[in-house]
Amino acid sequence: MTDYPDIHGFFGGSDGYGGRYVAETLMPLIGEIEAAYDSARQDPDFNAELAALQRDYVGRATPLYLAERLSAHAGGAQIYLKREDLNHTGAHKINNALGQALLARRMGRTRLIAETGAGMHGVAVATVAARLGLTCTIYMGAKDIQRQQPNVQRMRLLGAKIVAVESGTATLKDAMNDALRAWVASVEDTFYVIGTVAGPAPYPRMVRDFQSVIGREARAQIIEKTGRLPHSLIACVGGGSNAMGLFHPFLDDPVALIGVEAGGEGVESGRHAASLNGGSPGVLHGNRTYLLQNADGQIQDAHSISAGLDYPGVGPEHAWLHDSGRARYVSITDTEALAAVALCCRLEGILPALESAHALAEATRMAAELPPEAALVVCLSGRGDKDMATIIEHLPAQEADL
Amino acid sequence: MSPHDLTPPSRLQARFATCQAEQRAALVTYVMAGDPDLASSQALLSQLPAAGADIIELGMPFSDPMADGEAIQRAGQRALGDGQTLTRTLAMVSEFRRQDTTTPLVLMGYLNPIQCYGETRFLTDAAAAGVDGLIVVDLPPEHGAGFTARARDLGLARIPLVAPTTPASRLPALLAQGDGFVYRIAYNGITGRAGGAPSGDMTSALAQLREHTALPLAVGFGIRDGDAAAAVAGVADAVVVGSALVERLDTQGPEGALTLVRELAASMKRSAG
Ligand SMILES: Cc1ncc(COP(=O)(O)O)c(C=O)c1O
Repeated sequence: MTDYPDIHGFFGGSDGYGGRYVAETLMPLIGEIEAAYDSARQDPDFNAELAALQRDYVGRATPLYLAERLSAHAGGAQIYLKREDLNHTGAHKINNALGQALLARRMGRTRLIAETGAGMHGVAVATVAARLGLTCTIYMGAKDIQRQQPNVQRMRLLGAKIVAVESGTATLKDAMNDALRAWVASVEDTFYVIGTVAGPAPYPRMVRDFQSVIGREARAQIIEKTGRLPHSLIACVGGGSNAMGLFHPFLDDPVALIGVEAGGEGVESGRHAASLNGGSPGVLHGNRTYLLQNADGQIQDAHSISAGLDYPGVGPEHAWLHDSGRARYVSITDTEALAAVALCCRLEGILPALESAHALAEATRMAAELPPEAALVVCLSGRGDKDMATIIEHLPAQEADL
Repeated sequence: MSPHDLTPPSRLQARFATCQAEQRAALVTYVMAGDPDLASSQALLSQLPAAGADIIELGMPFSDPMADGEAIQRAGQRALGDGQTLTRTLAMVSEFRRQDTTTPLVLMGYLNPIQCYGETRFLTDAAAAGVDGLIVVDLPPEHGAGFTARARDLGLARIPLVAPTTPASRLPALLAQGDGFVYRIAYNGITGRAGGAPSGDMTSALAQLREHTALPLAVGFGIRDGDAAAAVAGVADAVVVGSALVERLDTQGPEGALTLVRELAASMKRSAG
């Protein structure tokens, strides 16, 4: 299962998912990135620099933490949290941003651009750009700029230029469109740091590889702590990078993989961001994957309380894991995610990102149905400080449920 | 000789032959199907040839046009807002063909709406409607072999896009799937930026392309007025005008758009010969 993608960037064969569906202007350039990436991966110096920065700058390895009170509350399986929220900049996004920025510098690029939804990827890219002395422009939907103010201020402080994207729905999908458009116009000096396992090949593979440090560490840590493999892995899925990073090193193991999509107001309401549970295959942003689209192939608005999951597509490797049945994808609503935020704060003293709270909600639900010997590994993909405004706005209604 | 050489997309070939006999470049005009509404878009389409359009490029609206600037993005939004669908776009072509059987018409757009409609069904219906060629922005030759083969079987030209970034080493693969004409993008960027006069680079780029293909060479992106069109006409076989026309339609209505087409055609004719 770890052989994919094939040389054309497809997961599950040439009528599977992925590929490189972009305008001709970008084709040669993306080919160059692929060649540079493949050579970098073979280069011990590149890998050594990445490892050193992961350790001393990002703060890896992140802990695998047994959430005792949350587990007791659920009343079944043991819930372990992979603490990506403890990374520098507060989310898993920096694992990938660092890898791609090092690659950009190696290719002689002087400028990074990126799209961002929740702002966590934007902050990560702005951070590594500062660290490596590269200039940086971040594309962010106007709607997301409003709901993620702390991250916007932080990116500015780090020296990044923020472009407010007003086109389309003014969220993550449109930020990605505009970043791609800007890239076409600045191909010579600019490297586009895509923030999730989507986009044209080689991005889904490259981002997965840079994020796989999550799963490699978690695999060693859970075996050390419990003496065996976990029952299940659970992670939220926006584009799917934290999930893919956690899942990939376990693909050939007898471990259940559960991806949690944003159910918004409920998949049946039509207002959600669950591309796998409520979408169909199509081509967007350079790859073939599951999309939210209407009967004419026009992309539809996603909806989620969490800006980082508010995307109408999903990484192509997840599309394939879904079809092949290797992974299972469920959805969690806005309300359930908010309840999980409050629960995790009260029981563990950890404020999770709204994105990560989707995984926590599913984990708590699953744990209740499993025996205490079962271990669940949840990717706590980020911290929730950025979401305080949204959480406070919705909390009173939630408190009654506790 | 491959089989498709025997059944060339004939309207395109005939039109390029006429322009060549008149020693001038062809004017290719881009409008978005259904912009701002179906009835006025259909009417504009039928008036373009008389105003001087040699070849019509008809945009198929898509919600996420990643190679297009604001003018064409907004045109697509207006069309979609009015309920434009691929079915309606194909019906527009059929309607156009009831009165015009000689002006070549090519559809330009993105892959997802085509796949959603069904690739084979789309190609069959497009050929039946009287479409001559297709430009699919996000279908590179690496993934397009099957699509191209089916298009060729139906007599539809797959018009390849060549960019300033395209290295000579890529040309054989790109052009092997090309028919009708080659569309050389004038600059690295999305549609709608002012491009100015063709650079020396453009002249040598076209000369290099001619070494690889006998197809006519069109240049597009950034050509906004008669002077720019005339300048490009001096080095290319065809001049594509898109965003400027779409903007003119938005700000001055169909009469304004047709006036621009007349100006472009006149300016290109004056400078020809
Ligand atoms: C904390 C956090 N988790 C998850 C995501 C979703 O991204 P992905 O599915 O690529 O991990 C984001 C995106 O912004 C995020 O900030």
